[in-house]
Amino acid sequence: MAERVLRSGRRGYGRRMVGAQSSLWRLDGVLLVAVAALCVIGTLLVWSSTRTWAPGSTGLVKKHMLNLGIGVVLCAMTTAIDHRAMRAYAPLVFLLSLVGLGLVISPLGATINGSHSWILLGGGFAVQPSEFAKLGLLLILAMLLAQPAEGSDRPRTFDIVLALCVAALTMGMVMLQPDLGTALVLAVITAAALIIGGVRKRWIVGLTLVAVTGVFLVFRLQLLEPYQIARFTAFLDPGVDPRGVGYNSTQSLIAIGSGGLFGKGWLHGGQTTGRFVPEQHTDFIFTVAGEEFGFLGSVAIVLLLGVVLLRGLRIARQCDDRFGTLAAGTIVCWFAFQTFVNIGMTIGIMPITGLPLPFVSYGGTATFANLIAVGLLQSIRIREQQQYA
Amino acid sequence: MIRMRSRLFVLHVLVLSLLVVLGVRLWQVQVVRGQEFVTRATETRTRTVIEPAVRGQILDSSGRPLVRNQTALVVSVDRTALARTPDGGKSVLRKLSAVLGTPVKKLRERIRPCGPGVSQPCWTGSPYQPVPVEQKADTRQALQILERQEDFPGVSAEIQSVRQYPGGQAGAQMLGYLQPVTEAELEKRAGLKAAYSGVDLAGRDGLEEVYDEALRGKPGMRRVQVDRMGKAIGVEQQVRPVSGDNLITSIDARVQAVAERALARAMHNAPKADGGAAVVLDARTSRVLALASAPSYDPAVWAGGISASGYQRLLSPKSGMPLVSRAINGQFAPGSTFKVSSVTAMLRAGYPLNGTYDCPGSYMVGDRAFNNFHGIGLGTMNLHTALVKSCDTIFYRAAYEQYLRDGGRDPKKKPREIFANTARAFGFGRPTGIDLPGESSGRIPDRRWKKEMWTLTSGTNCRRAQTGYPEVTDRARADFLKRLASENCAEGFILRPGDSANFSIGQGDVLVTPLQLARAYAALVHDGKLRSPRIGWARVRPDGTLVQTYDVPVVGKLPLSEKERLYIKNALSEVASDGTAAGAFAGFPMDKVRIGGKTGTAEVWGKEDTSWFASFAPTNDPRFVVVAMVSQGGMGAQTAAPAVREIYEGIYGIKGPAALPGGKPVSRLPKFAPDGTVAR
Repeated sequence: MAERVLRSGRRGYGRRMVGAQSSLWRLDGVLLVAVAALCVIGTLLVWSSTRTWAPGSTGLVKKHMLNLGIGVVLCAMTTAIDHRAMRAYAPLVFLLSLVGLGLVISPLGATINGSHSWILLGGGFAVQPSEFAKLGLLLILAMLLAQPAEGSDRPRTFDIVLALCVAALTMGMVMLQPDLGTALVLAVITAAALIIGGVRKRWIVGLTLVAVTGVFLVFRLQLLEPYQIARFTAFLDPGVDPRGVGYNSTQSLIAIGSGGLFGKGWLHGGQTTGRFVPEQHTDFIFTVAGEEFGFLGSVAIVLLLGVVLLRGLRIARQCDDRFGTLAAGTIVCWFAFQTFVNIGMTIGIMPITGLPLPFVSYGGTATFANLIAVGLLQSIRIREQQQYA
Repeated sequence: MIRMRSRLFVLHVLVLSLLVVLGVRLWQVQVVRGQEFVTRATETRTRTVIEPAVRGQILDSSGRPLVRNQTALVVSVDRTALARTPDGGKSVLRKLSAVLGTPVKKLRERIRPCGPGVSQPCWTGSPYQPVPVEQKADTRQALQILERQEDFPGVSAEIQSVRQYPGGQAGAQMLGYLQPVTEAELEKRAGLKAAYSGVDLAGRDGLEEVYDEALRGKPGMRRVQVDRMGKAIGVEQQVRPVSGDNLITSIDARVQAVAERALARAMHNAPKADGGAAVVLDARTSRVLALASAPSYDPAVWAGGISASGYQRLLSPKSGMPLVSRAINGQFAPGSTFKVSSVTAMLRAGYPLNGTYDCPGSYMVGDRAFNNFHGIGLGTMNLHTALVKSCDTIFYRAAYEQYLRDGGRDPKKKPREIFANTARAFGFGRPTGIDLPGESSGRIPDRRWKKEMWTLTSGTNCRRAQTGYPEVTDRARADFLKRLASENCAEGFILRPGDSANFSIGQGDVLVTPLQLARAYAALVHDGKLRSPRIGWARVRPDGTLVQTYDVPVVGKLPLSEKERLYIKNALSEVASDGTAAGAFAGFPMDKVRIGGKTGTAEVWGKEDTSWFASFAPTNDPRFVVVAMVSQGGMGAQTAAPAVREIYEGIYGIKGPAALPGGKPVSRLPKFAPDGTVAR
C-alpha cells in the first residue's frame, strides 16, 4: 500500500485521499526545495547587504529569519487547509484584505521609505496589507471564475463583470496609497485569472483595448506622480540624469556587471559594502547576488525561480478542479510578473518599480504572502485528484 | 478544463521565454560587458589619495643641513566632503575661520579650484585632494579640530613636512624653492602623471630644481575604498612613499655665513650699493664653498604657497630683486680683474713676458686719448708691475696695436681678435655650466657682436640721430645722447679703436658674472685648467648609502704655459701686500696667510662704479678663490676688497673661530650613522 501511495503520489493518478500522513508524500518536493533554497540565498544576501549598517549588524537579518519562520508556519497551515475550503473562505479573506487596505488609507496607515502602504503593529513590526490584497484578490477571482456557465466551460458573464468590479475596487484602493507596482501586479493577477478562466477572446481583446486606452489617458491627463514618469523616462534612457533618477539603474547595473562570471565572493562586493545601490536589501536584492555570486549565481537564482514557476504550472495543469487550476495558474503569473519586473529593472530591461523579488527580498508581509501562496499551491497539489464528494 | 489547459500551455511558453530573456541579458551584462562595469565600479568605489614622499635634505660638506624638513601641523579641507554637508560647507568654514583666525573669504579663495577666470589664490591640485589651508597650525588649533570632528566634516589636521632653512636668508637663491608641480611639468616626468595630485611639490630654481629628481623621492599612493557618502571604509591598495635622497653639497655652512655677513657689511658701507655677490671656490677642485648674493630673502616665504604680492616683491627692482642671484646672473664689467685675460692675450700676441713696457699717463687710441687711472704716468715697468700697480695704458697700447693688426676699422676677412678669443679661453662669454639653472653667459663684445647689436638697434639709433632726445631736460645730456645715436647709427657695426682699448681693461661692453671670474682665477692659480664649478657633491640615501658623487668636469685650458701662469700668479700675489689692495689689507697677518688677488673698478655710465676683488690664498699653494662684487660699490679696493678680507678672516679664524680650521676645504664626504644622522 505504502509503495503504491508513493508511486501514485509521483504520478498523481488513480488515487483517493487517505489520511494526513499519506498526503505528505504528495507534496511537491521539488517546489519545496526550490523555495527553501531561494529563502536561504535571500538570507545570505540580506546579511551581506545589511551587515554594515543594520542595528547590531545582525538586526535585519535576524528579523528576516524570524519572518521566514513565521512564513513557513503560515505556509504549512495553508497546506493543511483543503483548497476547496479556501474557496469557501475566499470572500472573507478578500474582505479582510480590503479592510487592511482601508486601514492604510485611514489615519492608521504609516509611510515608510516614501510609500504609504504600512500599518504599524508596534514593537518594530509593520504589515503591508497590499501584499495580502494580492492573495485576497487572487482567491476571490478564482472563486468567481471557477463556476462555469451551464453547459459551457466558460465563466458566466455576470461573474466576469463581478470579477472586474472586485479587481477594480482593489486596484483603486491600492492606487490611493499610491502603490503603482502592486496595482500592476493586481492587474496581472486579474488578467491571468480571466485568461486562464477561459473567458472569450473578445472579452480579452476588449479589456486589452480598455487597458491601453486607460494607460494612454493616465499619461495624457497626467494622473501619475512626476517621479513615476521620471522613472519611466530614466528607464528608456538611463543617461538622462545618472545622479538623479537614473542613479538607481546605473548603480544597479554597475554592481551586477562588475560581478562578472564568478562574482566577487559572498560579503566581498565592494559596491554592496559601499551601499551604492539604494534599497539593496529589498527591491534591489538581486544586485547583491549579481555582484557577489556573478553570472553563475544570478542564473542559479533565475533557474530556481523558474523551477518554482514551472512546478506551479505543473500543479495547475494536473489539478482536476477549475478553482485549483485557476488559483495555481494565477499564482504562477503573479510570481512570474514580479520576478521578471524585479530582475529586469536591476539589469536595465524594465523600468524601476517598487516590487520585491519573491522569496529573496527582505520584507515580512511579502514573505508571508509568498509563502502562503506556496502553501496554497501545495494544498492544491495534495488534493489535485479529489473529485467533489 | 481543456481550454484552461491550453491556455496554461501558452503561459508555460511565456514563462520559459521570460526566463530565457533574463538569462541572456544577464550574460550580456555580466560576462560580455563585465570588464566595463568592473572599471566603472572601481571608479565609483575608490578614491586615490597621494601621500607625498619626504623630500631629501640639502646638506653642506660636513653634513650640516642647509635645507631640512620640519614637521608642521597642516590643516586641510576636503572640498568633496564639504560639498556634501547640508549647507555646502558654509558653517564648517565659518567654524574653521574662528579656530584659525583666517577670514572665511580667504579660506574660500584658497580652496576654490583654479581655472579659466579664477586666478591665485586658488587650488591647482586635484579636486579629490584635501587642500592645505593652514601650514603652521598650533597644537591647540589642531586639537580643536580633531576633537570635534563632527563639527568639522572634511577638515583634517595632520603632521606634514615643510622645508626649513637653518641658515635663514643665506644662499637663498642658490638653494631655490618648492612650488606645487604643474601639470605641464608632470607631462615631462615619466610614470608620475597618474599620481598628479597637486600636493607634490617640484623644485623651482636653485639646487632644488637641478637636483629635484634626486631629492623628491617617490610619492606613495593609497587607494581608499569609499561608500556612497564618500566616507572611507577601507584601504584597497597602498604604495608607501619612498623618501628622497639627501644632497651633500660642497658648500660650507660656516663659510657661507661668513660670506653673507661680509657681503652685507660691504653693501652697508657703500651707500649706493644696490647688489652684490661673493663666491668662494675650492681653488683646486672648483667646487663651490659659498655662493652669496645680496639682497637676499627668507626662502621660508614659499612654504604653503606665496601670495601674488609677495611674489612681486621678490621680483621688483624696488626691493632689489632678491630672487635674482648676482653670483650667476649679475653681469657687470669686470674692470681690472679682467687684466689676467688681457695680459695672456698680450703674451699670445707675442709681447715678451720679461720685456719692459712704458706706462704713460695717457695713450692715444685713434683720435682719442685714453688715460691711466687718475691720468698718472708710472714710467717703464715689466708686466709684473703692470698687474700689481694696475697700469692701463700698457693694455690700451697692446689692444690698439692688435686692433690695427686685425685691420682696424676695415677688418681682415679672418681677424685674429686675440683679446676677445683669449677672454673666451678664460671662460668668459659663456655659462660656466654650474649646477644651477638659468645662469647668465656674460658678454664678449667682439666684431661679430657689434654687427649683431647694430642690426638690432640701428633703427632706433638712426631715428634718434634725427629727432634727438627732446624728452631729456638736461641739455648737455640730450646733446650727448643725440651725438651717440648718430654715431651708432652711422658706424655702430664697426668695432672702434676705443672699444678694443676699453675691452682690454675690462671696461665698456664686456660683462662677466662673479662666478665666471672666480673659476677663471681658480684655473689661473691652480693648474691652468678651466672647470665647470659644482655645488652638488654627492647623492646619498636617507640611511647614508652613497648613490653617486658628482664630478667637476674640466671644460678648457688657459692659453698659458706653466711659466707664464706662475708669473701672473706671482704678480697677483703682491697686490694685497704692495699693490692696489694694500690699503684694504693693511694689518692683515700676511705672514700667516698670504692673500693674492686683483682689484677691479668698472665704470658704469650714469652710476657708481662696480667694485670687484678677485683673490686667492694662500699664495704659495692656493686653496681658496674668493671673488666679491658690489654693484655701485665704488672702487674695488674700497668695498669689495674689505669684504674679501673679512671672508678670509672668517675662514682662517683671524678674528674669532675659524670656519675651516686648518685652512682647507672639507675633502671627505661626511659619514652617516645608520639612522641617517651625521656621525662626527
